[in-house]
Amino acid sequence: MSLAESVLQGNRLALARLLTQVENESQEGVEELNRLFPYTGKAHIIGVTGAPGTGKSSLVNQLVYALRHPEGAQKPVRVAVVAVDPSSPFSGGAILGDRVRMRDVVGDADVFIRSTASRGALGGVAASTANLVQVFDAAGFEIIFIETIGAGQAEVDIARLAHTVIVVEAPGLGDDIQAIKAGILEIADVIVLNKADRPLADNAERTLRMMLELAGNRQRTKAEGEQPSKGWTPPLIRTIATEGKGIREVCEAIQEHHRYLHSSGEWGRRERLRLQTELENRLQAILLKRLQDAISVETYEHLLNEIVSRQLSPYQALEILLDGVEQ
Amino acid sequence: MSERKIRVLIAKPGLDGHDRGAKVVARALRDAGMEVIYTGLRQTPEMVAEAALQEDVDVVGLSILSGAHMALVPRILDLLRAQGQENVKVFVGGIIPDEDIPRLLEMGVMGVYGPGTLTEQIIKDISAAVSRVERSSQR
Repeated sequence: MSLAESVLQGNRLALARLLTQVENESQEGVEELNRLFPYTGKAHIIGVTGAPGTGKSSLVNQLVYALRHPEGAQKPVRVAVVAVDPSSPFSGGAILGDRVRMRDVVGDADVFIRSTASRGALGGVAASTANLVQVFDAAGFEIIFIETIGAGQAEVDIARLAHTVIVVEAPGLGDDIQAIKAGILEIADVIVLNKADRPLADNAERTLRMMLELAGNRQRTKAEGEQPSKGWTPPLIRTIATEGKGIREVCEAIQEHHRYLHSSGEWGRRERLRLQTELENRLQAILLKRLQDAISVETYEHLLNEIVSRQLSPYQALEILLDGVEQ
Repeated sequence: MSERKIRVLIAKPGLDGHDRGAKVVARALRDAGMEVIYTGLRQTPEMVAEAALQEDVDVVGLSILSGAHMALVPRILDLLRAQGQENVKVFVGGIIPDEDIPRLLEMGVMGVYGPGTLTEQIIKDISAAVSRVERSSQR
């Protein structure tokens, strides 16, 4: 039996091994992914991002627990977590520590947590994160959390990988100018102000509310011939993840956003964008590799020396390099 | 496209609350280019085995200072085998009396590293053990 078949039948060890294969983008992994792809497209993919130490892992831990133990007549859903931590730029090694905070959900066979290293990618997720998500999706996990590496102002790749993006903020991290700069607040579908028992929490909330109002005004002035009331305004929810406070509200916001995505047609648009991004990333990677393979090490070193000795500018060297490739 | 990395789980089963040694080893393995999954304090054998499965690690490192190693280690080895991870290498660090070391090795532990062990030694042993597993699984 192939790994993909075992995964579809619910074999957890096969799932773990296939995740390794697709993370390494081995030949076998790519072939198995091709087999699994028709089974994907069902899961609700939720990105969780925010600065280091805002409490992303603790929040995910609580959210997973809440989704596994819902109130009332709701059915618990199967949940997977892809937790990304940074690779060392020097050794290529990594310490993946998100599991330390995800203790409340161990021993539950319908929860699967996988830690993964960024392996040089700079957007807050790894190049292979989309592959891992596809495997979980095909394996029947209904909700997949992607926890990014601690991100700040530029790591917005998650917006193109997830259906719903939760941005986690904490008190005391920056002034009101930080909040109106370009960056991760722009990609938020849900904003969580964690550690809401800390001093300055009220200040942080005021700042975030002001930012949300400005964003709301902007949406209205854009108009674009649509009724503005149809849009989505990111809710701001205060939580204390370590105590489980505010977690139900975040779960409700996630479900609310899921309903909005489907009723507004935004789901289809995001799916298309998500898959387009994946195709483009693959295309870029393979074209870059082909280009690099086509350039000899000697030529490359020679031109680099010329740049260092100021004989050529980087742009001039580029022209020479690409001329050689095109011939 | 990206190369294969050695994945190591560093866990502290049992109830002692001192994890400096585990952190030193985790950091050294990171600097040797390995991907280290760190699970923190007070893990049950079931939690360790579960994490080893979900993370598909090549190696599990157990830091035990409580003296409970003769109960914890065989339990974890059994759980790993029962879930089909008999190829996963297990090493033990911490405070282990000399007379227990041969018994642990006999159970199938890859190495026992007490205080004063050079991290280079652990790195060398892990690299050798993992490449042995790879050669035998290719055959």
